[in-house]
Parts: sequence; structure tokens; C-alpha cells
Amino acid sequence: MHVSVALLLELGLVLAVLSLLGTLARRLTLSPIPLYLLVGLALGEGSVLPLPAAGEFVGAAATIGLVLLLLALGLEFSIAEFTVGMRRHVPSAGVDFVLNALPGAAAGLLLGLDAVGVLALAGATFVSSSGIIARLLADLRRLGNRETSAVLSVLVLEDFAMAAFLPVLAVLASGGTWWQAVAGVLIAVGAVLAAFVASYRWGHHIGRLVSHPDAEQLMLRLLGITLVVAALAEYVHASAAVGAFLVGLTLTGETAERGRAVIAPLRDLFAAVFFVAIGLSVDPAELPPVLPAALALAVVTAFTKVLTGRYAASRDGVGRRGRLRAGTALIARGEFSIVIVGLAGVGQPILAPLVAAYVFLLATAGPFITRFTGTTSARPAV
Amino acid sequence: MDVNEVLLPGVGLRYEFTNHEGERIGVVALRSGDFEVVVYGDDPDEARPVFRLNEDEAEALAQILGAPRIAERFADLSREVPGLSSGWVRIPEGSPFAGRLLGETRARTRTGASVVAIVRDDEVVASPGPDRLLRSGDVLVVIGTDEGIAGVNRILQG
Repeated sequence: MHVSVALLLELGLVLAVLSLLGTLARRLTLSPIPLYLLVGLALGEGSVLPLPAAGEFVGAAATIGLVLLLLALGLEFSIAEFTVGMRRHVPSAGVDFVLNALPGAAAGLLLGLDAVGVLALAGATFVSSSGIIARLLADLRRLGNRETSAVLSVLVLEDFAMAAFLPVLAVLASGGTWWQAVAGVLIAVGAVLAAFVASYRWGHHIGRLVSHPDAEQLMLRLLGITLVVAALAEYVHASAAVGAFLVGLTLTGETAERGRAVIAPLRDLFAAVFFVAIGLSVDPAELPPVLPAALALAVVTAFTKVLTGRYAASRDGVGRRGRLRAGTALIARGEFSIVIVGLAGVGQPILAPLVAAYVFLLATAGPFITRFTGTTSARPAV
Repeated sequence: MDVNEVLLPGVGLRYEFTNHEGERIGVVALRSGDFEVVVYGDDPDEARPVFRLNEDEAEALAQILGAPRIAERFADLSREVPGLSSGWVRIPEGSPFAGRLLGETRARTRTGASVVAIVRDDEVVASPGPDRLLRSGDVLVVIGTDEGIAGVNRILQG
């Protein structure tokens, strides 16, 4: 077996840098995602430190990272939580969509993007980062607060909306016509419904297929099935990401719980590589021209998310300060906005730098803003 | 006592109640198995964190708070009603009722004994309804006469 010294060295150094930056981010209760993007940016072509040997591996690992991000999201999902969210927060989701997707779409039109670009930008400004926000609320010790269930319900509904949105985007981005996109959505929605029925009625049978007392077996089976389904979904142009999400949805109960545990370290590794790869795909020279647009979009959509959170929290009867906390908590955008660029990026020259800069701004600013708003006393940093 | 349950999607559950001194107390049960205990001050929306417990610590605390009381209650119950006892019945692999509904066993009609709880792994379903799905490996907590409990056991063995 030939061992590539350069590959090992490059990968090892990249991971070491990521871990250093991740530690730093956690110290400040910030998300490491913006820093991962920066690392990618610093390593890309035309930048200071190119990665000649590891480039190919990073590309392949990024695809797996995308699939695992969505698989983990599906595993997190429970029908009971979704129905509770639906019962109380459908109007909140509507307000969320109108207030936050429209600015993205408008900006896309103003910047002269084509239809796919407009759609992708609308999605990127709409979806908050459930990963960043759920962790942030725990770090700030806000899980006991009354507004928290409203915030989390909005996030669940957004994540679910992505299951319909991503296939549309994937089909249109791959050059499909509108009727192919509609067919893609119908297939995806049908598959989501089928996955729901399957997990509701036969969840424990499907679970049995994957589940195994041995953690290694469980991981291999789960990964194997997920990658095969993701490949099939990609083959019918419904996007590998959506296929992985469906596998996650189908598994429930104990299998899902154990699955989350065995997938978590893999997802952390490959997702980090995915964020780096998105940073890599951006040429640093493309950034300065899109910065003003990204900044303007960030300011506007931070404000509209605050309105969304205030509305959602007011539906749960939360007071003024709590509503403000809910609003600011929702500001952070993150992994999904990047996933959207990952799907639509090809053939969209300014989309990737724009969204990368946008996510960088809001993933950094969001946690900071919510930390210092709506609290009675200055809390000790946790 | 009223315990209010709030679902925190993707995170866990929050239980809230007011104690006899009028303090509002919240217990956040995280999916990870950890717990966070909070109290609410002047602002009913904003929780003041008290402490966090990991799974083992929560288990220990629950035993300190709960174990003596459960033992007491069972003792009271069997003292009050002569001839009444409680027992555990495990649904074996290959039982005709694994994968069927509790109601389909017609256990109470046939034996007079009631299934008051189902223990599945670490989870306890209290007073399960007839539409509750049984699985092999479930342990049923049965209350009735000794013959009744033995009867439930026979039915589930098939």
C-alpha cells in the first residue's frame, strides 16, 4: 500500500488547526462554523496555502459530510414533536417564511441572479441554524425559559420545510425544467409521507433491519443504507441530501437514539470538512465585491428574524423581554444555508462567496447579540 | 399537584410545578439523559439555573427522593386489601401477543388482574390503554390475586 506523506500531513495539519479554532470558538460560546469557513478560504486556490494532495479527498469527504449532516437531522426528528410544533406554530412558520425568504429573493433579483440563484438565496436567508441555536440555548442556560419551546418549534418546522425545498433546488440546479422540479418535489413529498407512515407503522421492523447490539455493526449498517439511498435519490435528481434525511426520518425510538450516538463523531468530522470545502470553493478575490450586499442582507434578515421570534413567542404568551430573547436567538444562520450553496453552487458565480460571507456574519453576530439582549442580569459566562 | 409538561423539540421535555411555598420550579429533561433544574423568579419567562445533573446523578437523586415512597405505597396497598398482590410478567420471545395490542390479550376479562404499567428498557408506561402495542421483552406490572397474575403469565406465554 502506498502511503501519501503529503496527504496525511496536509489533512493532519488542517484538522489540528480546526480543533484549535473550535476550542477558541467554544470558549467564547460561539459556533465554530464561521471559523471552518475561514480555514477553507485561507486554503483555497489562489490563496496563501494551497492543498495540492488533500484536495481530492476533501471533495469526497465533503459529499459524505453533507449526507451525514442530513442523516443526523432526520434522526433528531420525531413525529410527536413535529405535530406539536404544527399545532401551535404554523402561523409562526408562515411569518418566518414570508419575512425571511423574501429579503433573500429580493436581493437575488437585485443582484441579477438567475431563478436558481434567487431561490437558493431565499432559502439561505430563510433557514436558521438549528445546530447553532439549540447548542447556544443550552450554553446560555435558557432551556428553562418560557420562550424556548417557541424557538425550537420554529426550528423544527424550518428543518421540515427544507425537506421540500432541497429537492426543488437540486432538480432546478442540475438543469431540470420546472415540471421535472415539480416531479422531484412530488417524489420527495411522497417519500417523506411514505417514510412517516413506514416509521409510524413499521418503524420497529425497519429499526430491526439496521439495529444491532454491536455499535460497529449498527454504524456500518446505518452508513451503508444511508449512502445507498442517498445515491439512489441523487440518481433520480432528488438530491443525495434528501435521501439521507429520509433514512433518518424512518428510524425512530431506540434505534434512532443509538444511531445518533454512533454517527455523531463521524458527522462532526465530515461536516467540518464540508464547511472547509465550501470555504475552499470560494476564491478570496471574489469576496470584497459581495461584502456590502452580504452585510446589508445580514442586517435586514437579522431584523426580520427578531420579528419572527417575537411573533412566535407571543403566541405562547411570553412577555416582552422573552420575546426579544426568542427573536435574537433565531438570528444565527449556519449549516443549512451552506448546504443550500453546496447544492446550487455550480454555475452560480457570486452565490457561494455571498452566502459564505453572509453565514460568517450571522453565525458570529447572532450568538453575540442574543447573549446580551433580554436578560435581567449579566450572566456569568458558562 | 399539577405538573405542566412542555415539549422542547429536538432537546427534550420541561416539567414545571409550583411547590407549597409558591416557588415555580422547572426540570428540563434533555435527550442526552442529563437534567437541568431551574427556578423562576419575578419574571415567569426567565429561568434561573440551579444545577445540572448527568444521568447517573439524576438516577441517584431520583432514588433518594422516590424509592422510600414507592416502597411505602406498595406496602400500604397490600395491607389495605387482603389477598391483593403485584407481580411482574415478561413477554417472552415468540409470545403470541408480541407485536399485538394489550387489549387483544383480554387479560383482565379472563383473569381479573390488571396491567398497571409496562416497563420497556428504561421506560415505564403507567396505566397503559388497551391500544398499547406489546413487544417481546416488555415487562408488565400486574396487580390482582396470585391466581390472576399467574393467569396473565399463562396467557402471554401462549
